[in-house]
Amino acid sequence: MALIEVKGLKLGYENRVIIKNLNFTVNEGEYLCIVGENGSGKTTLMKTLLNLQKPMDGEIIYGDGLKKNEIGYLPQQTIVQKDFPASVREIVLSGCQARCGWRPFYSKDEKKLAEDNMERMGIKQFAKRCYRDLSGGQQQRVLLARALCATRKILLLDEPVSGLDPMVTAEMYSLIDGLNKDGITIIMISHDISAAVRYATNILHISKKIFFGTKDEYSQSDIGKLFIMRDYYERGRNRDV
Amino acid sequence: MFDNLSKIGDYLEYPFVRYALIVVVLVALCASLLGVTLVLKRFSFIGDGLSHVGFGAMAIASVANVTNQMIIIMPVTIISAVLLLRTGQNTKIKGDAAIAMISVGALAFGYLLMNIFPPSANLTGDVCSTLFGPTSLITLTMDDVILCSVISAIVVIVFLFFYRKIFAVTFDENFAAAVGTRTKAYNLLLAVIIAVVIVMGMTLVGSLMISALVIFPALSSMRLFKSFRSVTIFSVILSVCCAVIGVFIAIMVGRIPIGATIVAVDVAAFIFCWIIGLIKK
Ligand SMILES: Nc1ncnc2c1ncn2[C@@H]1O[C@H](COP(=O)(O)OP(=O)(O)O)[C@@H](O)[C@H]1O
Ligand SMILES: [Mg+2]
Repeated sequence: MALIEVKGLKLGYENRVIIKNLNFTVNEGEYLCIVGENGSGKTTLMKTLLNLQKPMDGEIIYGDGLKKNEIGYLPQQTIVQKDFPASVREIVLSGCQARCGWRPFYSKDEKKLAEDNMERMGIKQFAKRCYRDLSGGQQQRVLLARALCATRKILLLDEPVSGLDPMVTAEMYSLIDGLNKDGITIIMISHDISAAVRYATNILHISKKIFFGTKDEYSQSDIGKLFIMRDYYERGRNRDV
Repeated sequence: MFDNLSKIGDYLEYPFVRYALIVVVLVALCASLLGVTLVLKRFSFIGDGLSHVGFGAMAIASVANVTNQMIIIMPVTIISAVLLLRTGQNTKIKGDAAIAMISVGALAFGYLLMNIFPPSANLTGDVCSTLFGPTSLITLTMDDVILCSVISAIVVIVFLFFYRKIFAVTFDENFAAAVGTRTKAYNLLLAVIIAVVIVMGMTLVGSLMISALVIFPALSSMRLFKSFRSVTIFSVILSVCCAVIGVFIAIMVGRIPIGATIVAVDVAAFIFCWIIGLIKK
């Protein structure tokens, strides 16, 4: 049985429909990349998968005993976070909030989990530093460590590399790839088609026509060819400038 | 100077000065506790709106001439807090405008009410002390002190119990909701605590001043400290110190309102912290 199965999903705000008749599945261990233009509804879809908002129609089935508090999430950065006084440790620990339930403090195990995940993301030396003083790449690692405290099974990442320079972007991708190899299912929103084709196992392309399939199917499809070509062309042009 | 210090010693002999000090410290403590969250969640508008609503509620209470005004003020303010929270987060109608409407409306309504049914012969004095706090604190009784202590204890215990969740919901509401934390319930809890603190402080420093006690220590502390915990702890310490200094200044100078003096000290502390923050950079 699939980890997440989406059937006939229709998304939108008030009366405006953004995506309709969306079908796809995510199995354990897969790496799904969601691509599409700005404003095509990728974030909306992810929020719906997380139960943060209701679909207009259709259903999402969570299989394999996936409980709501077993999903890790890395949101698109918001402005409030940027000047927030919080230490790295405080933020990573908050990933354990679902585990501790009504308990008013974090247990030894939860603190250990936070330390381990900081180690895993290579940010242990920043534990006492202020989040807002870190570089963009370091901040994303902090949020990734927090997400890892919330899950062992599945991570949902909303544009984890936006605003990062190419070096840091490459590091971030290989970090995520490593997590996937460790057995964590990944659903990632990305602008970057070449990275999507390189790392993902499956691709969901949201535009007027929706594509869902493996990355090889995507590379062979008309829509895939078009976007990969365009991406390639744009990269070439950016390099020339 | 020494004259003045011994004057403070003399004043401490009076029970009402001791009561005032206790109440001031408790109000300053509770007000600053939630300041950080309020500022960071952009909830400052609730504090501001509520202080106006509080004025309206206080007007109703003094006109109704009930023995314990809290019976009216507390529920009205709490309900308003919940309503303000709802409207402030509603994207469809412009939240800011709705809040301005509610708060100015409450002010006008309260002022009208006090004009039509004057609670005492000195209307201007009544209005002024409701808005800016009483000029002297002789009116505080032992009962006030006990009530204030009980409310403070509840506020502090609730805050400590939910501290980790409050941090999580303040830092990143989306993440918190995604991992199953009941963010709506916590926002509601925050709004209710803010309402309680505002009502508690209102009789002391006046309805217009109380939001300053909530916001200023947090803003000052955020200039200097880098973790949520240290910011919270320092803003509580700063707030209590400013309040005590304010009370003593008010006593030493004499005939100046305590509420405004405390706020002035808070402003001075903010400027001080701001400059230190700049130097540290
Ligand atoms: N809270 C909201 N209310 C109304 N419309 C929204 C809201 N959030 C996003 N939208 C609209 O939904 C569309 C999809 O947005 P989004 O999911 O953020 O796109 P993406 O993440 O693919 O860039 C956009 O046209 C946006 O204007
Ligand atoms: Mg988006």
